[in-house]
Amino acid sequence: MIRSAEDYQRIVITGVGLTAPNGDNLAEFRAALLEGKSGVNNYHIRYVGDTLAGECHFDELLYQKRKELRRGTRAGSVSIYCANQAVSDSGIEWSKIDPERVGVYIGVTEHGNVETENEINEIKAFDYDTKVWSHHHNPRTVANNPAGEVTLNMGITGPHYTIGAACAAGNAGLIQGAQMLQLGECDLAITGGVSESIRTFGIFAGFASQGALAEHEDPTRASRPFDLNRNGIVVAEGGSLFILERYSDAKRRGANIYGELVGHAMTSDASDFVLPNPEQQARCMKLALDRASINADQIDIVSTHATATTSGDIQECVALRNVFGDSTNTLINNTKSFIGHAMGAAGSLELAGNLPAFEDGLCHHTINVDDLDPECALPGLVLGEPRSKKEVTYILNNSFGMLGINSVVIIKKV
Amino acid sequence: MTAEEIREEVLDILENIAPDEDLTNMDDSVNFREQLELDSMDFLDIVMELRKRHRIQIPEDDYLNLASMDSTVTYLTPILKDVEKAK
Repeated sequence: MIRSAEDYQRIVITGVGLTAPNGDNLAEFRAALLEGKSGVNNYHIRYVGDTLAGECHFDELLYQKRKELRRGTRAGSVSIYCANQAVSDSGIEWSKIDPERVGVYIGVTEHGNVETENEINEIKAFDYDTKVWSHHHNPRTVANNPAGEVTLNMGITGPHYTIGAACAAGNAGLIQGAQMLQLGECDLAITGGVSESIRTFGIFAGFASQGALAEHEDPTRASRPFDLNRNGIVVAEGGSLFILERYSDAKRRGANIYGELVGHAMTSDASDFVLPNPEQQARCMKLALDRASINADQIDIVSTHATATTSGDIQECVALRNVFGDSTNTLINNTKSFIGHAMGAAGSLELAGNLPAFEDGLCHHTINVDDLDPECALPGLVLGEPRSKKEVTYILNNSFGMLGINSVVIIKKV
Repeated sequence: MTAEEIREEVLDILENIAPDEDLTNMDDSVNFREQLELDSMDFLDIVMELRKRHRIQIPEDDYLNLASMDSTVTYLTPILKDVEKAK
């Protein structure tokens, strides 16, 4: 029961750094969500050809030299940008922080595909002579690369690693960071999720072979969770990293607190490689509610995972009905309709975009739902335009992934 | 390739490897690592790039010949004497 914890065991979010296809900081991202502005565009990638994607446009040279960019990975750059932005946003005086007491825990769906494909493409020009295979390949593809690049860039000497959790990774990173703070492994955690997935043709080709890659003549209308005319996933890149601190530390330094992590859960379906399992998704939500010691109808906003696949959308709605019944108090939205599926970054970006609701009382809407799938017609679904709420106290964020991995976090206004 | 062409080629490689460095005042007689921020991975990039551009395999024992611009050009001149400069 996290809610009954002492102040030093309570974990709060005190900084947000993000890059999304429609915004390079929380203010821009939130404004785009409230304005209904998509970040999906036409995109070309080798072998697959013309397709659609959510591409980020943050300034890579803000925190990295050109040489560091050349040596590192896109996921590393996304992580470095987000981590530096998050620290800056937190108001922490970085020079006074003990680098040994900072932990970096970053969720990823996958890592290494982009770099491996690049090398194979490179040696293709040399008749697959492996003597020209880069010595940079291993440091670029080790699973801890994105988190490790953050430590190198910021001089952090505490623990760092990534959390491989398919598309549940954004929440998983956040949960890992919170737990490490509670265990006393660090005093400040940089956590969340990142993705460079649009740089690998394999993700696009894999979804296409699965019949799950979105197509639309208007890119901004391609990602359509809950719409009858959806035709699959738009792949996106991005990242959102949070600064987590113990409530006692944040209070002592007078930090701006975005919210408190009062409940979280992770479960496994144990039923299929790709098909979701609504019973386990519902169990995951109930477990998080239980740990937060609240009832489902106390949740003000549910940020759904729905990716615009027929099965995924419908099964999540089955799980939501199971947990929330016909409650009209709980508003429900979806961020992927704006930016596509940011994979390892999805969970943390979708949570970040909803956090300002604690202040402005607005639940951003879901775009591109012209013809609502009756099986997704949940009473609290916010479509067309943002909806205001008298008070937003609890946000529940769903994030699910392949191999049946489910993650839920509940954030409370402080 | 002439010695001057080899120098231009190595300079071009260094510009890619160390894009933040100003190479205009580089002293050819001084070790690269004393005047540029190069580490062992960068050094391997020089070897790799020469391998890619000219299919030459530099033995590890010969790496010390690539310490400065002067020593690099001296070492590569006989190896690349029959090679045309890439356009």
